[in-house]
Amino acid sequence: MRAFTQHTGLVCPLDRANVDTDQIIPKQFLKSIKRTGFGPNLFDEWRYLDVGQPNQDNSQRPINEDFVLNFPRYKGASVLLARENFGCGSSREHAPWALDEYGFRTVIAPSFADIFYNNSFKNGLLPIILSDEALDELFEQCEATEGYQLTVDLQAQTVTRPDGKQYAFEIDAFRKHCLLNGLDDIGLTLRDADAISAFEAGHRQRQPWLFRDA
Amino acid sequence: MSAKTLYDKLWDNHLVKQRDDGSALIYIDRHILHEVTSPQAFEGLRLAGRKPWRIDANIATPDHNVPTTKAERQGGLEAIADEVSRIQVKTLDENCDAFGILEFKMNDVRQGIVHVVGPEQGATLPGMTVVCGDSHTSTHGAFGALAHGIGTSEVEHVLATQCLVAKKMKNMQVRVEGQLPFGVTAKDIVLAVIGKIGTAGGNGHALEFAGSAIRDLSVEGRMTLCNMAIEAGARVGMVAVDEKTIEYVKGRPFAPQGAEWDRAVEAWKDLVSDADAHFDTIVELRAEDIKPQVSWGTSPEMVLAVDQNVPDPAVESDPVKRDSIVRALKYMGLTANQPITEIKLDRVFIGSCTNSRIEDLRAAAAVAKGRKVAASVKQALVVPGSGLVKAQAEKEGLDKIFIEAGFEWREPGCSMCLAMNPDRLESGEHCASTSNRNFEGRQGNGGRTHLVSPAMAAAAAVTGRFIDVRELMQA
Ligand code: SF4
Repeated sequence: MRAFTQHTGLVCPLDRANVDTDQIIPKQFLKSIKRTGFGPNLFDEWRYLDVGQPNQDNSQRPINEDFVLNFPRYKGASVLLARENFGCGSSREHAPWALDEYGFRTVIAPSFADIFYNNSFKNGLLPIILSDEALDELFEQCEATEGYQLTVDLQAQTVTRPDGKQYAFEIDAFRKHCLLNGLDDIGLTLRDADAISAFEAGHRQRQPWLFRDA
Repeated sequence: MSAKTLYDKLWDNHLVKQRDDGSALIYIDRHILHEVTSPQAFEGLRLAGRKPWRIDANIATPDHNVPTTKAERQGGLEAIADEVSRIQVKTLDENCDAFGILEFKMNDVRQGIVHVVGPEQGATLPGMTVVCGDSHTSTHGAFGALAHGIGTSEVEHVLATQCLVAKKMKNMQVRVEGQLPFGVTAKDIVLAVIGKIGTAGGNGHALEFAGSAIRDLSVEGRMTLCNMAIEAGARVGMVAVDEKTIEYVKGRPFAPQGAEWDRAVEAWKDLVSDADAHFDTIVELRAEDIKPQVSWGTSPEMVLAVDQNVPDPAVESDPVKRDSIVRALKYMGLTANQPITEIKLDRVFIGSCTNSRIEDLRAAAAVAKGRKVAASVKQALVVPGSGLVKAQAEKEGLDKIFIEAGFEWREPGCSMCLAMNPDRLESGEHCASTSNRNFEGRQGNGGRTHLVSPAMAAAAAVTGRFIDVRELMQA
């Protein structure tokens, strides 16, 4: 998993509450055998005017010019501003996969759905919870300023505006540690690789018939 | 040293590291893969630049999506009509080839349902930890193994680390003493258990089946039991090792041989719960009381003996239960107090990881022999659990018995157990099925599943309605 330490990036404001995972990545894309390839279909129903299908050439599809992600000024955005209960609905891990692949490194919202919040950490996407007031200010500044950027510092647990104002955010110490070091569940277990190897050696000696490679 | 249950022993034997937060790293001996839950796990490995920890711990076979008609199978991969199915089966082949994992491909005689293939090959051995991205992995516990299903991210975790992060469960014992009446099988025992304790009865527990009626069962019958532990809410089902277990394993391709065999047998003899071991929960049933079972509703706990009547919500005092009975009756198209034996069948399915082994096919064939599938039954399928089961059945002439009686004799796979391949129910159809789940839509949208034993399914096929199989068979 990619580590998250500090990030400065262009901000895109998605001013809607209760954005659910079916809106983040519609169900027809879940049939895929991959965990990549979802970026072009992020927010598919909003970004395009037709109904998207898996394995389609998205460059030929009619674009919804009114959807904020399609505004030229937000092209290349990596910080998403959102409203409450972002990521509700089904538990699909495809949602953070799609956001991550599109290029978002962090989503800032007043609240997140539980499973989405968990899944995000597993996939190197940082969900940041700030107050409603803070979000109001950020939405306002972002919409008023072309090229608006924010800086997120995970170590310091701060979001910094271009004018220098900072917001502090809370994060579970263990999750912070994993994200700072790019440790996913597998990465964490592999830190015990020596213990696993030692156990395996003893296990092999006790029950050699469990091993066929010898 | 204090007394231990079988589960305690298996846990202790695989504990790599106990963590402070109560979780533990458990070493995995055998990982079985199929086409549905593995593709993203392999991709995850690639994306992270990781390699499988121990290739020889893995075996794979496609089962959920493979078509079961000869015509489609003979054409190989390209002949799989459904695109998603074809891609999934193909992807499994490609991943196994790329990583060097042993796979029994679609038209290999060793191919079949993961939970039939593992034991059949001796790839499931007593004392192992066995995992697979499929909830019915509990089946393998019949060998005194610790076996359970895992999710896709855990499939990746096991591939990469040969371990799982787990928390120890509680111990539960289901004790069945006495002698099973004639015509009553392992499937009836486990349905009766689920009817008694409910689909959440085993939540948080590792469930060991014990007692004289369990010891009397064949190893195949024990697999049927453990297979459905998950339907009782327990991720893990187990039966202690005895002579039958060892006899079953002997000589199988993956089983140890020679001096190593003797050593293994010595070690396996310890795979029983100590006499005074502590169980957090104990459930007792008398074998004599169990009759052939039929599920009437949309959850495996909605099950009755074949001579009973469908429940009447009016006499249920608990409003939540009443509602669920009303809803189930409506979905199943049944009326309150209707005798089970009045339920007519549109299709019959004999197969699935619960009941597609040779013993199951023999039991069904014994009933079908010399009889005909009722004219009112549109389709009666027999789907062997593996290519080897199919070959054995054909050697014994069972295929001819079925075909003569009007059953279709298919190629191995999950088939009509779940609506993921072309074998499925039409809306509103009733099916006597030897599978394990009767949830709404499980066998096809609007389909109505009744769970039964293979003998009961065959009896339903020839009479067109449910009947106590003992009326057709003499002791
Ligand atoms: S037979 Fe049914 S329950 Fe068993 S593995 Fe296949 S789909 Fe799952």
